[in-house]
Amino acid sequence: MAKTDTKAKSLDRRGLSDDQLRQMLRNMLLQRQLDNRGFQLNRQGKVPFALGSEGHEALQAGAAMAFARGKDILAPYYRDLGLALGVGLTPYEIMLSIFARAADHNGGRQFPNHYNSKSLGLMSFSSILAAHIPHAVGAAYSVVYRGETGRAVLVTCGDGTTSEGEWHESMNFASVHKLPLVMLVENNEWAISTPLDKQMAQPEIWKRAAGYGMPGKRFNGFDPIETYATVNEALERARSGGGPTLLEGMCYRFLAHSTDDNDMTYRTRDEVSEHRKNDPVPLFETALLEAGVVSEADIAMLKKEVLRETNEATDKAEAMPFPAPSDLYANLYEGAWQPWQ
Amino acid sequence: MPQLGETVTEGTVAQWLKKVGDPVEKYEAFLEVSTDKVNAEVPSPVTGIIKEVLVKEGDTVPVGTAIAVIDEVGAASSTAPESAASPPATTAAMANSVQEDPVPGFNIPQLEPKGQGNGHARTENVVPSSYGAPGGLEPEADAVAQDALRKASPAVRKLAREHHIDIRTLRGTGSNGRVTADDVLTAARMGPAAAVGQAIAVGTNFAAAPPPTAAPAAQPASGTSTYADPIPGTLVPLTQARRIIAERMVESIRTAPHAWTMTSIDVTNVWKWRAREKDRFERETGYKLTLLPFFIRAVVESLAAFPLMNSKFTAEGIYVNKDVNIGIAIGLPATLVVPVIRGADKLSIKGLAIAAGELIDKARRGKLGADDLAGGTFTVNNNGANGSWASAPIINAGQAGIVTMETVEKKLLVRDDDSFAPRYAMNSCLSLDHRVVDGYVASGWLADLKKRLERMTPDGAL
Amino acid sequence: MAAVAVTAGSKVLNNVEAVRETLYEALKTDDRVIILGEDVGARGNVFLITKDFVNEFGAQRIIDTPIAEASIVGIAIGMAMEGLRPIAEIQFADFIYPAFNQIVGEAAKTRYRSNGEYTCPLVIRTPYGGGVRGALSHSVSIEALFYHVPGLKIVAPAFPADVKGLLNAAIDDPDPVLFLEHKKTYRLIKGEVPEGHYTIPIGKANVVKTGAQLTVVSYGLYVHWALEAARTLESEGVSVEVIDLRSIRPMDKTTILNSVEKTRKLLIIHEDNKFGGIGAEISAMVAENALFALDAPIRRLCGPDVPAMGYAEPLEHEFMSSPAQMADAMRELVKF
Repeated sequence: MAKTDTKAKSLDRRGLSDDQLRQMLRNMLLQRQLDNRGFQLNRQGKVPFALGSEGHEALQAGAAMAFARGKDILAPYYRDLGLALGVGLTPYEIMLSIFARAADHNGGRQFPNHYNSKSLGLMSFSSILAAHIPHAVGAAYSVVYRGETGRAVLVTCGDGTTSEGEWHESMNFASVHKLPLVMLVENNEWAISTPLDKQMAQPEIWKRAAGYGMPGKRFNGFDPIETYATVNEALERARSGGGPTLLEGMCYRFLAHSTDDNDMTYRTRDEVSEHRKNDPVPLFETALLEAGVVSEADIAMLKKEVLRETNEATDKAEAMPFPAPSDLYANLYEGAWQPWQ
Repeated sequence: MPQLGETVTEGTVAQWLKKVGDPVEKYEAFLEVSTDKVNAEVPSPVTGIIKEVLVKEGDTVPVGTAIAVIDEVGAASSTAPESAASPPATTAAMANSVQEDPVPGFNIPQLEPKGQGNGHARTENVVPSSYGAPGGLEPEADAVAQDALRKASPAVRKLAREHHIDIRTLRGTGSNGRVTADDVLTAARMGPAAAVGQAIAVGTNFAAAPPPTAAPAAQPASGTSTYADPIPGTLVPLTQARRIIAERMVESIRTAPHAWTMTSIDVTNVWKWRAREKDRFERETGYKLTLLPFFIRAVVESLAAFPLMNSKFTAEGIYVNKDVNIGIAIGLPATLVVPVIRGADKLSIKGLAIAAGELIDKARRGKLGADDLAGGTFTVNNNGANGSWASAPIINAGQAGIVTMETVEKKLLVRDDDSFAPRYAMNSCLSLDHRVVDGYVASGWLADLKKRLERMTPDGAL
Repeated sequence: MAAVAVTAGSKVLNNVEAVRETLYEALKTDDRVIILGEDVGARGNVFLITKDFVNEFGAQRIIDTPIAEASIVGIAIGMAMEGLRPIAEIQFADFIYPAFNQIVGEAAKTRYRSNGEYTCPLVIRTPYGGGVRGALSHSVSIEALFYHVPGLKIVAPAFPADVKGLLNAAIDDPDPVLFLEHKKTYRLIKGEVPEGHYTIPIGKANVVKTGAQLTVVSYGLYVHWALEAARTLESEGVSVEVIDLRSIRPMDKTTILNSVEKTRKLLIIHEDNKFGGIGAEISAMVAENALFALDAPIRRLCGPDVPAMGYAEPLEHEFMSSPAQMADAMRELVKF
């Protein structure tokens, strides 16, 4: 329950209501819970692979809040669990992909975390870094072509992906044609084992915007409210015909790249624990507590709910069948086409 | 006409910058050419005087066509035709040959018969199934036979199995004596499938075990059923030539609607002329002089007057041939060949007679080559020797017509003044492609042919 | 000539005109169609295929892209995923390699990886092939690099009527199609093209000349030269059947097998390098399915195994096969 006292007013909520603030916290907690569940299942031997997104919760909750559900288009990458949840993907759908069940959006064909949902405007993507970014540009072009004002494309990627040629080609085209696109780089400072200073000479990615003649901004990705305000501004600009924006949200990758990665081979525990002090989830809990937007009881309730949801989704998804072997051949083309007809 | 771009195939003369008689320097622009990609001034390849302009302004010609003649100053009577700025020979050739369809013609070479009957004294033997030891084969023959088995293609093996033929007993007509699928099929046709279980007398190459006794089916004991010597109740195997003749005939009938007309020609003068010349001609050339060259001479003149008769139907238009290449149909014992007298319009009667004589001789000796058979634009069929009075020949696919010479008969004809006179009369029949010419043109042509032949006088030079 | 029934009316076009006309009609009748590529707008394409299109349809539909092949295809994929019908042009097939990631890794897999939820109705057009003194980077054939990839379709028509019918089919196709145009045939090959909209089914070859003694399979420019060689052989009394593949993936099994069953001999002729070229796949298929029909080994007359044809005329000439060489190969196999 919100309390209207001096503490509550000290939170710069940038126009967000209590409900919206609570929604963001919920999103972050759910993301963390589902994230962990992946690793738990992996350690249980139930799924061969898990990939975490710890450290990105605030960034993704804030961005999701700015996203216009049912209108905007999202072109995420595989670390965007929170964003996917934030635009409407359910824990059940997430677990289906983790368990690689037939009912998964991708029929169990892709790695987990490769979300897609046509009805939510969540574009299908592959594991190939930056390959999805020209697709986002094409989607933005189609929005303009159809005269769909008030609609934008939010495309995300990690810091490492900005080295790919297709990232540059996409930024170039989007800026030439002033497309309604927001390029949100989630800079967690690591591309598997490659730190920023090996990835680029200019560590401030947002500065490249000048090279494309588009606005650019860097913000604190550990702050969901600031994230919301920044992404919202950029999305509004895009929706109203103001063209693309390059945003760089600073955060940190607390975990290894995936279950196939051992991050102690390239960084120290101390470094990670030092960054853990900025863990956005407990920080936002505290901020909302202090602002009187939530109580301790609220948070406990929230965590319980989130766990229950996660458990339900886990159990329901686990009970679903795998794809049949014959499913391997489906949906290659429309209709049955053999190489030799 | 130069090639002014990678994919350009023709050019238009936009403007001549020089005229006949003008001097021109090497590299000096002397005409402007336009293509669908560029407009360009074309520099002269030599220094000289413009002798001839061959293409008018506004005309479009294929790359490689001669467009002007420049007399190179300093060179004696040089004709340096301004040809293309050398496009790749293949390119120009491709441009021309793809656009102007070469006349396929109805040209069957007299092939060396590949052991498929045709009068060759060759016997096949059919030994029932078993690839087991043939028994009784000479060691050398055995090695050859084993080799044949080893090198047999999948088709040969399958066919041999199906028809119960031991391929080791066949003589192969493929390269290096390979037994071909056709060889097996031919052997199979020698005896119907009912011959399974029955051995036939052995052929020339192998000594075989004595044949097991079995009820003989209706089966020739030896020899082959051939086109020249067909045996009732058997299949005469198709030679390559016969197969192709069949295909060609069907194609011609199927694509060209055949119409027919005939006329009767008073060839008395021609007959007399020939009689006067034949001994000398034979002495001088060694060839016989028949009515054929006289007839062809008239034919080419009539074709010049009626160019549509020397053309070919294509979907894009009726292609009127520039060349006049007359095919002469020659019947041989088992086949039909139609060698071609190229440029027949440029030959005198004597020239035609020699050309025809050469081709007929080659045909009889089986020595006609691809060049002899290609490129015909019209065909003459001399039926005279057969004694026929009228015939309805099938057009050589790709031509507009085919004309015959029927037998020459001495007849009493009524002249204009109502008097009678014994004259030599010869019918001439014309089959025409009704897509190309209608009766009006065709009978006009035939009437023209008749007139020319009847106008010939016996005292001309051959 | 293409075996297309001439209906109401038809006119004679060359291959480049056929492409142009087909694109024009598509732009006119379907608002979803967009053309994007280098120099397609103001310049109208380097072969003038889209000349003046930008004036009529506007720069939003005829997009002059930056020089960035990967994103030309990638952006087109995004358009296709969101319901447009983009036709991406790669200016010369030799420039397609940067787009390999997008074509093979993305376009071919969009429907498959999303289990049908997202699709990619994309056409990629590009001129390929040599014989125009294009040298090492304007002459290559690329079909062998892509025909291996499930999820793609590839066509390479040789005749104008097929160009129109197959391009329409490609545009209508709900999956990605690589449309290959042999640049030497652009102006060289003319033929009758029926008026009005029609499609030719992808995956069907065409018997352009019937024959009895040998089956020749080819595609692109070489179909025309193979036909010429076959006609030469006909005048020698040899009957050769020529099949124009038209479609590289999928490929027409029935037509090829029927022909080989009849003639028992197969000669595959293509301009692309021999090793791993599509002739290899055809040979394998025929060996698998019609071994006992074969009366001679399958032969392939193909481009030499060097990267591309050189600029100097003798080098280009050596790389390419002439009708005379094709005729020799045909004769040899017939005689076997």
